[in-house]
Amino acid sequence: MTNEIFKSLSEILPQITGFIYPNEIEIHWGMLIVVYPYITGVVAGAFILASLVKVFNVKEVQPLYRLSLLTALSYLLVAPLPLLSHLGHPERSYEMFLTPQPSSAMAMFGFVYAWYLMAVLLLEIWFVYRTDLIAWAESESGPMKWIHKVLSLFSKDRSEGALAFDHKALKTITIVGIPSAFLLHGYVGFIFGSIKANPWWSSVLIPIVFLFSAIVSGVALVILLYMVITPLTGGKINMKCVDKAVDFLFYAVIVDFSLELVDFIHRVYQSEEEIKILSEMVMNKLFMSLVIIQVLLGMILPLGIISVTKIFKRRFSLNEDLRKMLYFISVLLIQFGIFATRWNVVIGGQMFSKSFRGLTTYKMEIGGIEGLLYALVLLVLPIVILTVLLKILPPWKEMKGEGNGKELTGEAPLGGMHAPEA
Amino acid sequence: MKKILERMPDALARLLVVFIGLAVAGAFVVIVLIPKPLKDVKIQWADAVKREQAKPVKYAGFHACAECHDKIYDKKKTGYHRDLSCETCHGPAKAHTEDPDKVKPVIPQERAFCPQCHAYNPSRPRGFPQINPVAHNPLKPCASCHNPHDPKPPTTPKECSACHGEIARTKAVSHHVQLECTVCHQAPQQHKISPRSVKPTKPQTREFCGKCHAKDAKDKLARNAPRIDLANHGEKYVCWQCHYPHSPEVE
Amino acid sequence: MDGRRKFLRNALAFLVSGSALGGVLKILPSSALAKEASRTGKWYGFGVSVDKCIGCTRCVEACKTENDVPKEPFYFRTWVERYIIRKDGEVIVKAVETKPEGVPESASDREVLRSFFVPKLCNQCADPPCVQVCPVGATFQTKDGVVLVNEKTCIGCRYCIQACPYGARYLHPETRTADKCTFCYHRVSQGLLPACVEVCPTQARIFGDLNSGASVMARFRRMNKIHVLKPALNTEPKVYYAGLDGEVR
Repeated sequence: MTNEIFKSLSEILPQITGFIYPNEIEIHWGMLIVVYPYITGVVAGAFILASLVKVFNVKEVQPLYRLSLLTALSYLLVAPLPLLSHLGHPERSYEMFLTPQPSSAMAMFGFVYAWYLMAVLLLEIWFVYRTDLIAWAESESGPMKWIHKVLSLFSKDRSEGALAFDHKALKTITIVGIPSAFLLHGYVGFIFGSIKANPWWSSVLIPIVFLFSAIVSGVALVILLYMVITPLTGGKINMKCVDKAVDFLFYAVIVDFSLELVDFIHRVYQSEEEIKILSEMVMNKLFMSLVIIQVLLGMILPLGIISVTKIFKRRFSLNEDLRKMLYFISVLLIQFGIFATRWNVVIGGQMFSKSFRGLTTYKMEIGGIEGLLYALVLLVLPIVILTVLLKILPPWKEMKGEGNGKELTGEAPLGGMHAPEA
Repeated sequence: MKKILERMPDALARLLVVFIGLAVAGAFVVIVLIPKPLKDVKIQWADAVKREQAKPVKYAGFHACAECHDKIYDKKKTGYHRDLSCETCHGPAKAHTEDPDKVKPVIPQERAFCPQCHAYNPSRPRGFPQINPVAHNPLKPCASCHNPHDPKPPTTPKECSACHGEIARTKAVSHHVQLECTVCHQAPQQHKISPRSVKPTKPQTREFCGKCHAKDAKDKLARNAPRIDLANHGEKYVCWQCHYPHSPEVE
Repeated sequence: MDGRRKFLRNALAFLVSGSALGGVLKILPSSALAKEASRTGKWYGFGVSVDKCIGCTRCVEACKTENDVPKEPFYFRTWVERYIIRKDGEVIVKAVETKPEGVPESASDREVLRSFFVPKLCNQCADPPCVQVCPVGATFQTKDGVVLVNEKTCIGCRYCIQACPYGARYLHPETRTADKCTFCYHRVSQGLLPACVEVCPTQARIFGDLNSGASVMARFRRMNKIHVLKPALNTEPKVYYAGLDGEVR
């Protein structure tokens, strides 16, 4: 075990440029910690998209409401996994709850996570699905009946008063949920932004940049999932809904892009002692992932594509299939872009020496716990969980519903709803 | 009121039961089941301090050696190595103090050992005794000429460079390469025996350098020397405040 | 209905503001506490005379032996940096290797402006950022001012390694926990000197109680112009440097 570590470290030695402190050769936060903020970002973003429907009453995106909640839940369930796996002693992780240090940003993870999972996401989903669960439990048989029965906590009340309460509760939860989603991802940004030793991370803007990139990634992913899942289940993509969601995505990307630009200009203009080594890093080691993937492919290109669709849609009423394809390409590019953003923050922050005199290198492994394959597993796992959730809590009716301004939740799904294709 | 009670419980009451149940279970686990040392960081710190203090010592410290090796200790006390711990050269000796017969500290004999400190290295502070191991009596073990417990030059050095290696090497690549040290410094014989008690002379005035570098200098060494007018060339300062005489900057 | 709502709102406001206040108070820098501790009892510090260091790395070897630090050149509780500052302004820095270098440099390079060695170790900050970020309290400051790692509770998250501005920490490859200089706490508690100070042949390293009236440490701090590393980060290091060059970071 240790010999393997020594071997991989020796392989890095010849790639070091300039001077780094001798303990800095090893990059301690690798692939897993890149995956972690990406996943929590999707959670926060998907939840914000859901809130658009409930709080801001954007009726067009109603078909995405349940899907985005389930997406948020399935990603949130996976979020602690990369953290746990990267620990030197995962078996001691319970200490986070027994002796949390109030001064540590990281110690709050368990509590922020538990709050978000229990008090926001699960509650909201429960209230959304409560009446459906009752209906399903009544009309089904076999294990599914019992699953739904247990999930509904054996509640049976579908009176008008109960529905009204569901509605009110949902509104409250969403209102609490938006700051919570901000907290969840702003907090992840704070973990990095509060490290005064590291000028690449240490910035008040980092939590905010994290937040907006989270919204971007979450919204884009839900659109992507919607565009993939709907045809698979035999539905028809509601273009009004997708258009509206892409609209929001467009503005979110613009805000995210401007924030990152402000951060960049600020750094270059202030030009403090670390600027030389940071620019060397950006121009050499991060050129591909930052300039090409994050900025050009992940931001400017999708912005361009979406702008084109916007212009042509109005003038020539761009054909729907072409629009679908362009949207699909854009949201896919954005996913890669945001993942690259996480990569550049996490890995970039450890490539330069805190002596500001040299750079080390990140050597990606393929196998092993810090390796690429495991990271891919972690990235696919939420999709698997989502598939299961879609089976148990199908949102089809809503997704296939017309969604053009008709309020569907609350009073609509009364009885007789079958789980399709189950 | 009755109406509230009727519709609240079904959604809220069920949730409350679940949440209170979870909270009670969690509290029970944390408060009752988990032993105190796992929860109290102060206890953990006290343990950690004790564990840290109990770690084995490997270097015995300079006092320990004197107990048995008093003769060497006394000899070392007066020499240039008086500030060195025995373990600087002989390595960790705690095990030796516990079982003197079985465990013996190392006695470094290979020629590569002393140069770790005494090989010439331009980053080393000025005045620290340094030699060039390639040129300095090659292949001869250091201890054959120098007693490591009271190191001094075996014979009175003839060359200044024997001790002032850094200066000699700097001068060797400078414009002053042709000048003997004695052109500028008078070193009494006593300096070679007891370097700190009697010091060589150093030039004191601008006129000394002027013997070669003044525009009317007549010294025979001065044939190709750059000339200046002593009256108006950097008048407030003496020469060596701008020019390092062993490697005068003239570019 | 109205009363209940009011109560709920008040309760919520109380909870939120209460926890926020408590959180902020605890997050505030603990330096006030640290300084108070420094007036009573022992408060250890370290002195480095840059002008005395000859770069022999006896300290690095002794440290690795004394503290079972892996011998591989990726883990150091202390190390020595060599600075070569050239006339064109270029600064060349290397960590001095513990193996003696083959042929010594002979003639001095005329392009070199100045050159020197700088020993580095954990600064045992009075206000340590590593302690601040540890989520489980596995790294902590003893009452005599030494920052230790509890290897029985460290979860190996490496947040402290990220938070240390000096690169003084590493993840021990065998224990998978964070590790760092302890000022040789086991030796110091017995009245011995840290191993690196013990073996330093030129007294470039000294160690002592900062509260003592007359000691090597007291004299060192009295007679020298003192500098610490990265003072702008407000970590209040307790490793004091005499004759430190501005290029050293």
